Amino acid sequence: MKTLNIIASAYRATVEEQDDTIVWLTHAMKGAGAGIDVLLRGNAVNYAVRGQNAAGLAFGGWQQTQPPRIEHDVAGLLAKGVVVHVLADDLQRRGLESTPLIDGVQPLRGDALAALLAGYDRVWHW
Amino acid sequence: MDTKTTLTFALMDAPYESARSTTALRLLAIAARRGFHVQVFAYEGAVMQTFALQKAHPNTVHGRSAEEENHFLPKDAIAALIDDAARHGGRIDWVNCGLCVDERGAGETIPGVRRGSPADFWQMAEASHNTLVIPTRD
Repeated sequence: MKTLNIIASAYRATVEEQDDTIVWLTHAMKGAGAGIDVLLRGNAVNYAVRGQNAAGLAFGGWQQTQPPRIEHDVAGLLAKGVVVHVLADDLQRRGLESTPLIDGVQPLRGDALAALLAGYDRVWHW
Repeated sequence: MDTKTTLTFALMDAPYESARSTTALRLLAIAARRGFHVQVFAYEGAVMQTFALQKAHPNTVHGRSAEEENHFLPKDAIAALIDDAARHGGRIDWVNCGLCVDERGAGETIPGVRRGSPADFWQMAEASHNTLVIPTRD
């Protein structure tokens, strides 16, 4: 059965988790054999943007050596065969329509969303 | 009131739930570096920020061992902040809401954290130049 993970919540606790928890979950489920794809919407459309860098966090003598690498993690999904869509309308609302995206991420217009959802047996909205 | 700048922060968010927690720690870090007296009242889920039994773990999705992953543990960041404040001539007085601790079984904390009540928060605010509430939001 085909499943679509719609990721809407973005940068919720990514610095603490050192990743996005649903991108991570998708990696783990794909590794377990799931037929699963992703749609980025809402603020999560920024996950498709190239050049993200969350490095440099330090508290006193403590330094974060493994910051979240969302761009790398999304690209990793694509490398595993996960189709990653991004809602173009939400990119446009945020002024990101001309911003370079990760290679392979597929922008999707809002009026094509219903047809996309119809192609999946399960749709999970995170 | 102490002439040294004294700030009180009320925190509500549990670890790993919101970017507000990291933002709060970054504000505390600035105050610590400036040698301020910082008072924190951790309410509800925020009492878990200093829970001593937080553990780092390996991450197979990232392909890293526990050592390589060096997972963010709020208790370690807060311990570093407490040290940093002292090094700069200030202090961080961290008070966990005692009832919130009991509800969560979170009695084991890192050194430098004490148990208190909303009365402590009131007294902290009264003794501070300013107070910032960082509440939980949906």
